[in-house]
Amino acid sequence: MELPILLVLPLFGALLLAVFGAWRRAGEINVAVSLATFVASALLTLRVIRSGPFTALGEQFFVDPFNVFLVALTAFVSFTTALFSRPYMRIEAEHGRVNARRLRLYHAMYQSFVFTMLLALCTNNLGILWVAMEGATLATVLLVSLYRTPASLEAAWKYFILCGVGIAQALFGTILLYLAAEKALGAGGVQALLWTHLDQVKSQLEPTVLGLAFVFLLVGYGTKAGLAPVHNWLPDAHAEGPTPISAVLSGLLLNVALYAIVRSKVLVEGALHNSLAGHLLMGFGLVSVVVGAFSLWRQKDIKRLFAYSSIEHMGLAAFAFGLGGPVANFAALLHMTVHSLTKSSIFFAAGHAAQKAGSQWIDQISGLLLRSPRLGWGLMLGSLAILGMPPFGVFASEFLILTTAMKQSPWATPILLSALGMAFAAIFLRVQGMVFGDSRLPRLPHPPALLPVFVHLALVLLLGLYIPPPLAEWYRLAARFIG
Amino acid sequence: MTHLPWSAQFIHLAAAVLLLLSFAMLTQRRILSLLDLFATQGAVLAASTAIVAYSSGRAELYYSAALTFALKVLLLPYILHRLLRRLNVRWEAEPLLNVPTTLLVGLLLVIFAFALAQPISQLATTLTRSTLGIAIAVVMLSLLMMITRRKAVSQVVGFLALENGLFFAATSATYGMPMVVELGIALDVLVGVLILGVFFFQIREQFDSLDLRHLEALKEE
Amino acid sequence: MNAANLLAQIVVVALAVAAAPLFMAWVGQCRAWLANRRGPGLLQPYRVLRKLFHKDAVLATRASSLFRIAPYVQFGAMACAAAIIPLLGTDLPFATAADAIALVGLFAVARVFLALAAMDIGTAFGSLGARREMLVGFLAEPALLMVFFTASLIAHGTALPAMATAITGHPLAIYPSLAFAAVAFLMVLLAENARIPVDNPATHLELTMIHEAMVLEYSARHLALIEWSAALKLFNYCAIGFALFLPWGLPDRVGSGMLAALPVVALKFAAAGAGLALLETVSAKMRIFRAPEFLATAFLLAVLGLLVRLLLGS
Repeated sequence: MELPILLVLPLFGALLLAVFGAWRRAGEINVAVSLATFVASALLTLRVIRSGPFTALGEQFFVDPFNVFLVALTAFVSFTTALFSRPYMRIEAEHGRVNARRLRLYHAMYQSFVFTMLLALCTNNLGILWVAMEGATLATVLLVSLYRTPASLEAAWKYFILCGVGIAQALFGTILLYLAAEKALGAGGVQALLWTHLDQVKSQLEPTVLGLAFVFLLVGYGTKAGLAPVHNWLPDAHAEGPTPISAVLSGLLLNVALYAIVRSKVLVEGALHNSLAGHLLMGFGLVSVVVGAFSLWRQKDIKRLFAYSSIEHMGLAAFAFGLGGPVANFAALLHMTVHSLTKSSIFFAAGHAAQKAGSQWIDQISGLLLRSPRLGWGLMLGSLAILGMPPFGVFASEFLILTTAMKQSPWATPILLSALGMAFAAIFLRVQGMVFGDSRLPRLPHPPALLPVFVHLALVLLLGLYIPPPLAEWYRLAARFIG
Repeated sequence: MTHLPWSAQFIHLAAAVLLLLSFAMLTQRRILSLLDLFATQGAVLAASTAIVAYSSGRAELYYSAALTFALKVLLLPYILHRLLRRLNVRWEAEPLLNVPTTLLVGLLLVIFAFALAQPISQLATTLTRSTLGIAIAVVMLSLLMMITRRKAVSQVVGFLALENGLFFAATSATYGMPMVVELGIALDVLVGVLILGVFFFQIREQFDSLDLRHLEALKEE
Repeated sequence: MNAANLLAQIVVVALAVAAAPLFMAWVGQCRAWLANRRGPGLLQPYRVLRKLFHKDAVLATRASSLFRIAPYVQFGAMACAAAIIPLLGTDLPFATAADAIALVGLFAVARVFLALAAMDIGTAFGSLGARREMLVGFLAEPALLMVFFTASLIAHGTALPAMATAITGHPLAIYPSLAFAAVAFLMVLLAENARIPVDNPATHLELTMIHEAMVLEYSARHLALIEWSAALKLFNYCAIGFALFLPWGLPDRVGSGMLAALPVVALKFAAAGAGLALLETVSAKMRIFRAPEFLATAFLLAVLGLLVRLLLGS
């Protein structure tokens, strides 16, 4: 029962906000709907913890430890982002960057986006997964161009075309998968795209077709996950859209795309009996880490900077999934969680900082600590967390990934280490300049919502110091599930 | 030479025509004619789906064919025509590659697609499996079209043609995806085109043209 | 090879040579009708040929012997080609002597001699026409070869009679590959025979002409032979088209069947001439620089036919 409620809530919210989205209290409605969604996801999680995986609605939906934790994370981050977006969008409206119509579009599309994310996570049907991923692009493309500046239009166009073409590759991969599945599960079966059924017969699936299918799926969903070399849309879309959208793109969409890749990897690995899929994933991941880290050095725009950092971290998670095995999978899942929390909190802080400065250029922002100490500390701590400083959760996951890499493929360790070092220097240098020093920044008309920033950072800190046993057990279950 | 049943022959014919239409779209410079070609492609696609439905005896494929016809022959061309009239776009800007070069690259892509399809089509059990290569070729030619065009509208038509190719791949290799997935894909395509329509107006409002050369500012310096 | 076969072969070639100007006249007549004119009548080419043969030839002072022998070579090549093509039957003795590729070679020989002769005098228009002719030929030849390859994939051989019997020998089926090849062949035919839209046989506007520019220096019997072989070339191309794509009604042995086939073949030519005239009337001549695009399309279609045949087997 929790599952239909979970899915219907954001859909209902989207319809509601399509009507009332320009209303003065629309931000509050958005928060309320997101909170209700979060509560529903928490109930769903409790049920899975108590009674294990289950399928629902004629096997069309499927919840297991792997996706339920992403469902909870998605609902949580979308809730906190809604909290953040309420004052943020109000300030944007007062600065005259959005009018009432665009605000309505923004709120309705925000909820639609959450709906597509939850649908992609919960569905058992790989075709519906594809439909939901494409839907996520469609929901966010008009949000990226919300400000109607030339740069935002370009970013949105790039986003649409690149992700559209990418996702078309994934559709072809899905067709190939279906072709192989029909052979194993009988022709014309409605079940032939259901992941649970495919998982049972994965060793009988045709290896050649599945190998090819995986390449297409990896390129397709990899485009959405921002894996290099098909990442070009990501920095533009993150930099030009409104900050709450940057936060959910980085915190949610990338995770869900990676989730889709991992789901297909499980099937392909079962059919292929070799580590082709793992190696491909590792290769893409490693390239993304290196490309992300090197690109950080050339960034002048605060949101672009952290967008490239997202590419780097997604690469790291993909690499860990590619390594495989319980420890690496555990580390990858942990990394997805902490990255999602940390990166969205950084975007919250960076968004307010950019609002204060009236510009996203890094050299226009300075002395945040003087003007608004909480904002300054939020950005500083968030950056330290994402760079993998010890007490935070990112350190734990990166440490686990590096040690596993050292054991299983030692050649990759120096590459990863030097890329992480580069990233550290690049980001720290820029953040230091923004946080310390003199300030010429004006006051904001509304107090910024810094609660989400510190809640996220506290959670990341907690995960770094101590993973609660139920959560650890849960990660372990999911990690074993992925294989 | 083995003698194929008539239905398979008609599907082969449809496949060949689809390939030909892809090449025609690749070289067509008038945007209105491009739309007509796209609509024709949709019609051929719907016809071939109906033939597959008839020969395989699967009723749900008739719905799929009807959906294709409604969406790709009637609705989408209508929407795009209206958009073009309101935006007053007629001609494609000079493409990035000249026609003979484009054709040559296209031919190489077709050969590559056929080579790629060879191992898969041997595994497929459908009667029409050999058309899979043509489906992949249509996908690749549409990609090429998207790369070589500068106008936003033609890129979108390329994108839709790409989707046509994928749809043809699905019907030729597997007798079509499950209905619920097809409906979802159709919905996505429709919403996508509507959103793009909004988008064209935004681009035009901002740049006074639909030429994508204006959209080349965001680069890493 | 017995005497009867040989005789039949000679009769067929003679028939082709004799009928070629008639076919040319028929195309012209149809064009005139379509343009609402009366036309000069079907015997006009013969009158022109007779007039030209009665005149004294004028040669440029610097003309070499190449200039003089080129018309004979061209005419001979076209007559040979007429012997190879199964015009009235698939069992004629010469038809097995050479295959489709040799046929392309024969056409190439004729073209090379004509182009060399055009450059021999050294006038501007001669070399201009020669260069353009070679450009067209350079692009059309591969397309023609691809058309032949597609047909030979179906026939499992490159001999023209085998190709002609391949389609009639099987139960009726749809061949998309042959449809592609047919369109490509039609485009090559238009380009190679200096028809609209690549060239205009009736033009005397120097800047646009291709074929006419090459033969400006010829007169009298040389010009007559060149005109005659141009007609024969068009006739041959149409006959190839029938052999590849419409081979019905051809008898498979020498004898009275050939007489019965005569009206069928005449009907095919009449229809083809009318179709050609219609095509030329409705289309406009394109700029010479568009010719590569036109022929690239022909080549593309031919290769697509080949690929479709290889992939689909249809």
